[in-house]
Amino acid sequence: MEPLLKVNGLKKHFPIKKGLLQRQTGAVKAVDGLDFEVYPGETLGVVGESGCGKSTMGRLITRLLEPTDGTVEFQGTDISHLGVSGMRPLRRDIQMIFQDPYGSLNPRHTVGTIVSAPFKLQGVEPEGGVKKEVQRLLGLVGLNPEHYNRYPHEFSGGQRQRIGIARALALKPKLVVADEPVSALDVSIQAQVVNLLDDLQQELGLTYVIIAHDLSVIRHVSDRIAVMYLGKIVELADRKSLYESPMHPYTRALMSAVPIPDPRRRGAKSDRILLKGDVPSPIAPPPGCRFHTRCWKATDLCKTQEPPLLELRPGQRVACHHPENAEGVTIPAARESVDVTITKAPQPTEPKPEPSKPEAAEPAEAEAPTPAEPEAAAEGDAPKE
Amino acid sequence: MTDKLTKTGAAVGEPVDTGKSAPSDAFLDVRDLKIHFPTDDGLVKSVDGLSFQLEKGKTLGIVGESGSGKSVTSLGIMGLHTVGQYGRQKAKISGEIWLNGRELLSADPDEVRRMRGREMAMIFQDPLSAMHPYYSVGNQIVEAYRIHNDVDKKTARKRAVELLDRVGIPEPAKRFENYPHEFSGGMRQRAMIAMALVNNPELLIADEPTTALDVTVQAQILDLMRDLQKEFGSAVVIITHDLGVVAELADDILVMYGGRCVERGPAESVFYEPQHPYTWGLLGSMPRIDRDQTERLIPVKGNPPSLINIPSGCAFNPRCPYADVPKGGITRTQRPELAPAGDRHFSACHMPQEERTRIWTEEIAPKL
Amino acid sequence: MLAYIIRRLFAVVVMLLVVTLVTLSIFFLIPKMTGSDPAAMFVGKQADPASIEAIRQKLGLDEPILVQFWHFVSGIFVGRDYTGGGDTIHCAAPCFGYSFRTEQDVWTMLVDAFPVTLSMVVGAAVLWLVLGVSTGVVSALKRGTVIDRAAMITALAGVSLPIFFTAMLAMLVFRTQLHWVDASYVPITESFGGWFGGLLLPWVTLAFLYAAMYARLTRATMLEVLGEDYIRTARAKGLPEPVVLGKHAMRSTMTPILTIFGMDLGALIGGAILTETAFSLHGLGGLAIKGVSERDLPLILAVTLITAACVVIANLVVDLLYAVIDPRVRLA
Repeated sequence: MEPLLKVNGLKKHFPIKKGLLQRQTGAVKAVDGLDFEVYPGETLGVVGESGCGKSTMGRLITRLLEPTDGTVEFQGTDISHLGVSGMRPLRRDIQMIFQDPYGSLNPRHTVGTIVSAPFKLQGVEPEGGVKKEVQRLLGLVGLNPEHYNRYPHEFSGGQRQRIGIARALALKPKLVVADEPVSALDVSIQAQVVNLLDDLQQELGLTYVIIAHDLSVIRHVSDRIAVMYLGKIVELADRKSLYESPMHPYTRALMSAVPIPDPRRRGAKSDRILLKGDVPSPIAPPPGCRFHTRCWKATDLCKTQEPPLLELRPGQRVACHHPENAEGVTIPAARESVDVTITKAPQPTEPKPEPSKPEAAEPAEAEAPTPAEPEAAAEGDAPKE
Repeated sequence: MTDKLTKTGAAVGEPVDTGKSAPSDAFLDVRDLKIHFPTDDGLVKSVDGLSFQLEKGKTLGIVGESGSGKSVTSLGIMGLHTVGQYGRQKAKISGEIWLNGRELLSADPDEVRRMRGREMAMIFQDPLSAMHPYYSVGNQIVEAYRIHNDVDKKTARKRAVELLDRVGIPEPAKRFENYPHEFSGGMRQRAMIAMALVNNPELLIADEPTTALDVTVQAQILDLMRDLQKEFGSAVVIITHDLGVVAELADDILVMYGGRCVERGPAESVFYEPQHPYTWGLLGSMPRIDRDQTERLIPVKGNPPSLINIPSGCAFNPRCPYADVPKGGITRTQRPELAPAGDRHFSACHMPQEERTRIWTEEIAPKL
Repeated sequence: MLAYIIRRLFAVVVMLLVVTLVTLSIFFLIPKMTGSDPAAMFVGKQADPASIEAIRQKLGLDEPILVQFWHFVSGIFVGRDYTGGGDTIHCAAPCFGYSFRTEQDVWTMLVDAFPVTLSMVVGAAVLWLVLGVSTGVVSALKRGTVIDRAAMITALAGVSLPIFFTAMLAMLVFRTQLHWVDASYVPITESFGGWFGGLLLPWVTLAFLYAAMYARLTRATMLEVLGEDYIRTARAKGLPEPVVLGKHAMRSTMTPILTIFGMDLGALIGGAILTETAFSLHGLGGLAIKGVSERDLPLILAVTLITAACVVIANLVVDLLYAVIDPRVRLA
């Protein structure tokens, strides 16, 4: 299947300027080389802690921001550097839902005006007139169509998020990017909105990229999940593999950190991995593997060499020199492939810390390391450290 | 230190018969607490008749959504519910709050002030805004110590550094001089905890202590809080919307809705045999990290009630899926009181208990 | 920190040079472009060509603008000679120019006028700071009460009444009717009482306007600060209310007030024209009016420079103070 959205080597560096002359003294490497695809009809969940670049990523793929490097392809068209007018036709197909249901709606506009704004911007006259269409959309997201003339402040947080969703859906988009769509909402309301997103996907065949910090919500809504850390994807896998046998130590630590709403499992907290310290600054990310400063498995290799994102098991891409749950995955092969991939590395801007190794001269084999026994790996338990 | 965690829970007793004002045996005993704020739009009944008890060494988790009154309750206990209330019509507080045999609401405000920070301390949600940006972290802790202890600056400093070290701040003597903005989010919350614990308070109230933190940092802080409670033996009230956090820390759970307690009991019974439809709603709304569930969530319909216009009768009635279940002649305007629903477990629902147990075991639990 | 101050001082000098150049340009280039003769403008309407020519030479108006600029700037440091029409006028350093209208060294005029303005502004500033901030704090703490409303209505009056009106009113009441205060300005070196009495009315009048603005600002800031989480934390620690308000709340409240205060002070030193005129004080504002009405370029230039310098330096001082108060501000 052709991906709806294809992202290659995507980077966004925000320059830091200082002094009277505004010289650039550094850059916040918010997003620093992402590769992924989104397929029609699926939901890609993107998780990570604050500062990992997930929101910037969302703004890049919706082209609210222009990437510093890399490409974003939507339905085969490169949209990385399209201008406002170039993007206009595509705005119909790519829509965004924001986190803050209070801040993202203009308080002086009625709900009708807000939801119908996309029609005016695109110069579209929906069948049966704007008003009728807006009322249909309000009904679709579970609001009373009669509330067409009300103002945002007359609605609760959950209802406002529904208004935001109605606005995003007005032009029948293909791709909806939702940045923390439920994190500002109460638990009971959160569930309503999650269900609504679910229903709409089924009814309208939408493709979602859902960005969130809440691993439980992500688990519930996503088909595939990308875990981000300091501007990079450390693991990208289908939901089942990721949650049942995470391969990147960070993914594992992240999941083990989530408190489980079950008092009986309080005793079983011993398998929780407590990461040391805080996330390093994206201005000067650690060399090699960015996670090595907090990783309990880090070796000298990790400090110098950045692990590429490789498909270690079918449908599970991991960027780690010492992956977890890796029984049955031939790690030496994987590690060799690391070297090979780096020699063949398509990332010209990255410094190459190590010269190529002569013995790893089989790029064809190394590019797609096929694990010997994928089933065994899926069953494998987390090794105790 | 004082109380070993061996007792089989002790935080929740019989619902208190209001009107009596005999000194309480419980360490913390809140009786029929009401906190109302007069506003231009009407009387906001943030807390409207709340009772609970808590023993030393135990943790009570208060769970509820925004506007359920959980934060106001904690501020009320601390005597801080009037903060930011300058010149407005004063908040009305009634009921009784017994702490260690002393009633706080009728006590001299200055006496309560002197208890604050020494006998009862509080940790807030956002440690960045909860610390004064212009004073160094160390000095803010020193200030908290010296106001209650007649010691010189050097002694207080030593104590502050000791506490910073205890809560896991590396190079505490150096970090003492740093300002809050120079700390990371997790470090700030650690420092807040150090500030709260500097006087060995017997009651610690934590209002959403990890909500503003990332999940890996949250795990660190929850771990720290658990250790510190064992070490200091204080009674802890943890207020949160996150059922995962209460499951992790709380011995007892109190579920608030519309300013009232709808259910309370030992953590296990509240999670495994919840007796109130609202608790069912919370459990059903919550996506689970520990299960691969592809089913739809079971949300609570509608929106939380306005605290100015709390429905008469059961506040949850308009959102309750079981509002139409026959309740033997009880009308909708009658307010359900907390009634025993198991061992130390209470729930405020008009439905007969057998019916509730049946609904939970047959209709709700299998879907979760 | 030191490097920062040096850099900022350097910026101040550059800024003042630019102001000089711009002022010179305005007075030389614009008349040229419109076809009128600047020298003739200086001399007046009924001037004979000879005296126009003399002025032209003396002021060096026939020279290119950059040369004039150089003369002016170097004059400040080494003094300057005006030669033309047969005689030479020496203007010793610091020479800010020579006013041919008044036949005076501009620097001497400035030296006479500056203490008047400074006395008036600083005295008023002390008064308005004390009055405004305390009113604002009380108002905030008593929000919604009669005290608050009365204070805010008074403040509204203070902000909206024009200064010439309040000045007239003050004079009418205190000087003409009650005879509480004397008339005119006496230098402090001559008599403290006379100085104080002479400035009391300008102080009160000016302070009324500014105290009103400061009261409103303080009240708003204080209310905002009182709602901050760290104030709640301070109370949760068990701090007594005076410490909470006096230490924790006041320090945050003062920050924005200090910023505005620095700006106001700087701006007023060059620009309290209305107050000075209303009370017939011969300060810098008076000089500015005189310069403009008599088209006395050297005078205008000097007053402009002094005003600009005051504003820029006040700005610098505010920035430095801000860094002292707020550790989050990094001077680098």
